[in-house]
Amino acid sequence: MTDVPAPVSTLAPVKVDAATLVRQAKRSDARFEIIGLAVLTLSMAVLLLLIFDFMFDGLARINVDFLTNFPSRRPADAGILSAWVGTIMIMVTTALLAVPLGVAAGVYLEEYAAKNFFTNVIEINVTNLAGVPSIIYGLLALGLFLQTFGMGQWVLVAGMTLALLILPIIIVATREALRSIPLETREAAYGLGADKWQTVRMYLLPAARPGILTGAIVGMSRAIGETAPLITIGALTFIAFLPPSPIQPEFPFLNLDWLFSPFTAMPIQMFNWISRPQAGFHINAAATGLILLAMTLLMNGLAIWLRYRIRSRQ
Amino acid sequence: MDDFTVKHSEAVRPHEVSIPAPTSRVDSAADAPRRAEVKSLSFYYGDKQALNAVSFPVLDCKVTALIGPSGCGKSTLLRCFNRMHDLYPGNRYEGEIRLLPEDLNIVGGDVDPMYVRLRIGMVFQKPNPFPKSIYDNVAAGLWVRGVRRKALVDERVELALQRAALWDEVKDRLRESAYGLSGGQQQRLCIARALAPDPEIILLDEPTSALDPIATSKIEELIATIGDQVTIIIVTHNMQQAARISHFTAFMHLGNMVEYDQTEKIFTNPSEKRTLDYITGRFG
Repeated sequence: MTDVPAPVSTLAPVKVDAATLVRQAKRSDARFEIIGLAVLTLSMAVLLLLIFDFMFDGLARINVDFLTNFPSRRPADAGILSAWVGTIMIMVTTALLAVPLGVAAGVYLEEYAAKNFFTNVIEINVTNLAGVPSIIYGLLALGLFLQTFGMGQWVLVAGMTLALLILPIIIVATREALRSIPLETREAAYGLGADKWQTVRMYLLPAARPGILTGAIVGMSRAIGETAPLITIGALTFIAFLPPSPIQPEFPFLNLDWLFSPFTAMPIQMFNWISRPQAGFHINAAATGLILLAMTLLMNGLAIWLRYRIRSRQ
Repeated sequence: MDDFTVKHSEAVRPHEVSIPAPTSRVDSAADAPRRAEVKSLSFYYGDKQALNAVSFPVLDCKVTALIGPSGCGKSTLLRCFNRMHDLYPGNRYEGEIRLLPEDLNIVGGDVDPMYVRLRIGMVFQKPNPFPKSIYDNVAAGLWVRGVRRKALVDERVELALQRAALWDEVKDRLRESAYGLSGGQQQRLCIARALAPDPEIILLDEPTSALDPIATSKIEELIATIGDQVTIIIVTHNMQQAARISHFTAFMHLGNMVEYDQTEKIFTNPSEKRTLDYITGRFG
């Protein structure tokens, strides 16, 4: 290598006042912090205001009778038993349908499907479906499940409709979770001679579990508050009976009749009561809203705890 | 498939092996049996050619080093042996790598990559243990092959960890996470993981370049120990390492195999000028 003289700059040297730069940076940092804090406080304030409004109106109304009574013409005697039982049954059905299907579809699209134009089209469609208004899913269920397939106004149909609604969310979450697994893990697994299913089952899915669970949390939170699709498929607003119990004293101890039973749900009950003129029903609606919030929090809390357990074991 | 027969030189119990003196490794290349033969291998990343008609033998139970400047294609060549390139779209092989003695072309389109990877293992540059326990990591290669019987897996795991010079350090904490180990230990764990299913060839892709000198020397020691029991191909940008641990060396430059010979000859009296320039540090 011949010697090359070091290049000499012919431009004026850049004067850097480090102290001023630091002061300016601190000021703009502080500005951004204040704006961020203000926005956060504002949104939290609105949320808390809403919750306090609920509590002011409805907290006193919540007691054991309210939770165990059926709806009634008299506000004071009305309760949400059929509503919260219906919501729980629908949520269980939705989860059991949406999560296995969504995860399987996500795994197939990410690991097995060839990357070509056709699968790109599928990917675009799946992400699009996440934004479709929920009432469209209700109309789909009405036309397909109720009219074409001849199903009735069942818990199962409600579960299927809401599962369709949140399927895109779970598929996208699964794909993102799989994509974020580092290449090294895949190369190590395939390098050992594992086939695709072994790699997915033993290494990829376990690593993707927290991300998939997050997607399930987001999906279920959306589903629990959906009213429009349930109204479209005929959720009743005044039912004085419960779907049959899944547990029975005789063999085989478990029965599925509850899936085929008419139902109502918490958002439906709220909507029905708030539409009535009597102030008593408005109080009932506020109380129902509080219970629904509590149910959502409980469901999310359970999923977050599960995700924490999985993450800490890794 | 529960029985694991050692396919090559008799398994030596680790405590009976002494580290061979780092002197002459002159073996007559003509006498030693060959494990594989690379025949005019070319490789393309899409349209870009990375390897150009590379040919050289891989001798059984010997350490073959691939050296050369950055970008010469040594890692690309190594990853052809276990079809790693098949994991990514747009890659193309031309020519052959024939696995002996059955004379099978392992880069042929008719050979399933998984079949190749079941017989040829790899250790990567950056230690990449699975986020599982130490035991689970080493047993992975066995479970993937359907070997489930606990006694057999336990025995194989212990043997692999001993050969990787890691057993004494981890024997009391096999169920702990592999991530609790240091970088050098993790890499030895990856070597144990590759050794456990008894592959015919082990590929080492710059195994010590991410490690400190002490960890590096521990791994070089273990390569010297197992180098007579299993066929090893190692890519290294550290020439001194190649000179220390390999029996045969191949020097590559810009996708071409410039020279292949016994290590001693390459580093004392190479035939090619480019080789001489590289080992004396004139470039690369």
